[in-house]
Amino acid sequence: MCDAEGDQPNPVFVRSPPVLCLSQAQAHEVLWEAASRSLPGGLTVGRGRGGSWTRTIISTSEGRMSVKGVKGAVKQPRMDSVGDTLQRLRETFSAGRTRPAEFRVTQLEGLGRFLRDNQQLLQEALARDLRKSAFEADISEFLMCQMEVTLALKNLHTWMKDEPATKNLLMQLSSTFIRKEPFGLVLIIAPWNYPLNLSLVPLVGALAAGNCVVLKPSEISTSTEKVLTEVLPQYLDQSCFAVMLGGPEETGQLLEHKFDYIFFTGSPRVGRIVMTAAAKHLTPVTLELGGKNPCYVDDNCDPETVANRVAFFRYFNTGQTCVAPDYVLCSPEMQERLLPALQSTIARFFGEDPRSSPNLGRIINDKHFQRLQGLLGCGRVAIGGQSDQRDRYIAPTVLVDVQETEPVMQEEIFGPILPIVNVRSLDEAIDFINRREKPLALYAFSKSNKVVNKMLDRTSSGTFGGNDGFTYLTLPSLPLGGVGNSGMGRYHGKFSFNTFSHHRACLLSPPGLEKLNDIRYPPYPDWKQRLVRWSLGPQSCTLL
Amino acid sequence: MEHQVQRVRDAFLSGRSRPLRFRLQQLEALRRMLQEREKDIVAAIGADLRKSEFNAYIQEFLTLLGEIDLVLEKLPEWVKATPAKKNMLIMLDEAYIQPEPLGVVLIIGAWNYPLVLLIQPLIGAIAAGNAVIMKPSEVSENTAKILAKLLPQYLDQDLYVVVNGGVEETTELLKQQFDHILYTGNTMVGKIIMEAAAKHLTPVTLELGGKSPCYVDRDCDLDVACRRIAWGKYMNCGQTCVAPDYILCESSLQNQIVQKVKETVKEFYGENIKESPDYERIINLRHFKRILSLLEGQKIAFGGETDEATRYVAPTVLIDVDPESKVMQEEIFGPILPIVSVKNAEEAIRFINEREKPLAFYVFSHNDKLVKRMIEGTSSGAVTVNDVVVHFMLNSLPFGGVGSSGMGAYHGKHSFDTFSHQRSCLLRNFKREFVNKLRYPPNSQSKVDWAKFVLLKQFSKGKLGLLLLTFLGAVVAVLVKKYQAVLRRKALLIFLAVHRLCCPMNSRFQAPALLRVRLDTSEE
Repeated sequence: MCDAEGDQPNPVFVRSPPVLCLSQAQAHEVLWEAASRSLPGGLTVGRGRGGSWTRTIISTSEGRMSVKGVKGAVKQPRMDSVGDTLQRLRETFSAGRTRPAEFRVTQLEGLGRFLRDNQQLLQEALARDLRKSAFEADISEFLMCQMEVTLALKNLHTWMKDEPATKNLLMQLSSTFIRKEPFGLVLIIAPWNYPLNLSLVPLVGALAAGNCVVLKPSEISTSTEKVLTEVLPQYLDQSCFAVMLGGPEETGQLLEHKFDYIFFTGSPRVGRIVMTAAAKHLTPVTLELGGKNPCYVDDNCDPETVANRVAFFRYFNTGQTCVAPDYVLCSPEMQERLLPALQSTIARFFGEDPRSSPNLGRIINDKHFQRLQGLLGCGRVAIGGQSDQRDRYIAPTVLVDVQETEPVMQEEIFGPILPIVNVRSLDEAIDFINRREKPLALYAFSKSNKVVNKMLDRTSSGTFGGNDGFTYLTLPSLPLGGVGNSGMGRYHGKFSFNTFSHHRACLLSPPGLEKLNDIRYPPYPDWKQRLVRWSLGPQSCTLL
Repeated sequence: MEHQVQRVRDAFLSGRSRPLRFRLQQLEALRRMLQEREKDIVAAIGADLRKSEFNAYIQEFLTLLGEIDLVLEKLPEWVKATPAKKNMLIMLDEAYIQPEPLGVVLIIGAWNYPLVLLIQPLIGAIAAGNAVIMKPSEVSENTAKILAKLLPQYLDQDLYVVVNGGVEETTELLKQQFDHILYTGNTMVGKIIMEAAAKHLTPVTLELGGKSPCYVDRDCDLDVACRRIAWGKYMNCGQTCVAPDYILCESSLQNQIVQKVKETVKEFYGENIKESPDYERIINLRHFKRILSLLEGQKIAFGGETDEATRYVAPTVLIDVDPESKVMQEEIFGPILPIVSVKNAEEAIRFINEREKPLAFYVFSHNDKLVKRMIEGTSSGAVTVNDVVVHFMLNSLPFGGVGSSGMGAYHGKHSFDTFSHQRSCLLRNFKREFVNKLRYPPNSQSKVDWAKFVLLKQFSKGKLGLLLLTFLGAVVAVLVKKYQAVLRRKALLIFLAVHRLCCPMNSRFQAPALLRVRLDTSEE
């Protein structure tokens, strides 16, 4: 693999066709050779030292060579070899290397080791990217990944077993089962908000199911991306696993290639792009998207407890969580009781000056900071509202008197801002929710089971939390996945394994007893027709 | 069109389609329609594909009636929430997965089995509580018309709507937002459907086709193999998506297979195949011409007769077929069976893997080891050994493709799952907030350790009970050890107290006696 930080004094990179790492003298030879052979389309040659790159596009036609220099920082020459890497992974898969259970176990154990050996390194990376506190990193990233690895290792053999399918009378002598087979080459595109969890948890499922995997971590959470690129591959078999880097442009190019499954976590906008690209190759997709997750607070509940739970889940990871409660729906009376409770909860959680609290992270980048700063102008600030551009700090904020038409109620907030929208009744809240796109998660707080159950029955959402936030994520026995605008497909635990497995219907018929089959073959004289109608008719037609 | 979809969506939002009883009623009505209107529907299918009444009945009606019966029986079980395994943190709360309807489902049918490929998905969609828009294939126009007429007479007219039309109407339909699309048809259109679905982030089930290979091993009962292959291949005049598309075998078997298939065809359809009521015709002229073009330049072992006026193509077998020729490049979808010779099973596996993943794969062999190797070495939507097509009829097996043969699956419970959203639900209560203190900031290392303990340990209620019991046991043991001396002293008193409590009648007399004994011994 070529790398700009190589030992050679002035390495030259040649892309399309094959990537080579050459000395300058060799490169000249290659160029002349290319020119003399008039390679259609010419060559793109990169030359660089350190991180900066100069690309030279050499087009050749009829023995003449024209040279065009393109300057710029091409950070990762690795993208150049996408085609080759994919080819390599595909060959590994075709050779059946990833299929045996033992191989999968080794990979999962490798993942487990990666997590254990590099906890410090990863924690630092997460702190650099999101100023994530050790506690948050521990429970939302390490523990979740570890839990998945442990569960997969423990259950892999059970999951891999053929699932027997019930037989009908005619097929009593056959053996019928559903086999879980790996799809082949899987692409996992991860976001920046939980850069470790959302890369590794799907990865566990894909590896457990016996696939080859290309992981594309988010380019926005740079420090974690670096660890995932440089350290993670050392723990896995590189013939069946690769990390690819790049921003939207590179991802777009990557999506032009054919994969057997694409697992994407991100926004609905990009989700559409991914699915459109997947359609060209008929690649099935799982899309884990976001949305505005409503949180209904009934009059009949204890405001202190609600404040604890809502504030905890809203401000966790500085609000940059896809399943976080996005806004509160409650009556004006409840709002009066909830505000002081939220005020004291926020003070207890983050101290009088949340900015100096080690437990509050920062916004990922300037773009998102500016977007959030804009949202602070919506409605009226009841709590918090401070922000600081320099370290991308936004205080835990509660907004009241928010209009439905304001930006804060139009887009997923993805920051530590909690708008409260007033509704008069449960029915109005349900209508409010149903008028909008189906959210990824929905929360309802009430001491009355009837209220919670009514909310559950009359709405739709990816997941549902009654009287709590996203605690369900700690249960691998519950699938995580959206519906409608919040995505399609689901994962976690065994659901991940199933997501990344093709369920192949298998029927092994005995070769003999051909006499029994006579009934189905033409010609169909009268007696045969009557026999079939009688034996398979309405009273016993489950036979066939 | 927009208005029509909106009307169905409004009907769904009314919540009418959700109650179990309603779903069962609709399915029963559907069954009634199939039974009462069998003659009308069979006539329509007959007009489209020249299918005999009996063939229509066993190929289309039986599967549907079986499916409805299965759903009626099992649906009350399927709609129930599945409880999820809990961890210690939420031991006392409710966690379950609730299947929920998705909303408005679009089902696009195909013309080759115009009834079953439209109604079988419909059964699943109704069972899961959805509203449905059906678009029967315009190619099988008679069936499309009769379904548009009959379905509203039996089913809820606002929730289940048939839309008829061609490419233009379908394109318009696809611009609308649906909550799921199930399409049966070809790969090219499949891509268009998925691209259109992507705009609305609509999940899709694509039931596409492909060239389903059939490997015939030397070690097998050739008579039986050829009968079964001929049955599956020439059924519906080869217009079956799971039909064996071509045979792969060693070249030495070729002539025997030709001979046996020929005999079987004669047995099935008689000397004059054109007269046989059991042999169908090609659906339209376009397909007839396409199939004709596949015969060009091929070595016809038998068959090959065609008649444009009636769109008749005789059951045909081609031998020594070049893998590069046209007949091996596209799904045949007609009564032509090419035989491609390979040296051995390994070459067959390579041959299959070099091509797109097929919808079905068939192997005929007595050799279990070879069968295992063939299954493991290839990928396909389904695999059937020593038979063809029958996996379609077993509704406990998911029916669906992989790769270019499609995505998603249906039939039986799998249909219900396809048309349901599995909603994760965790219902907690307000009590025990002190446990949650663990997770709230400000944080400390001890909190992390606790979190690890609580989350990584998966306990069931039984296990927790066992743990509690052990713990109690340990407490008792410690107490006993610590207060051994005291206990010994008090033992007598405790005994007396217990004794008195248990049998107050006798104690008056016996206790003093016991005491006496004790006093006696102490005096000595």
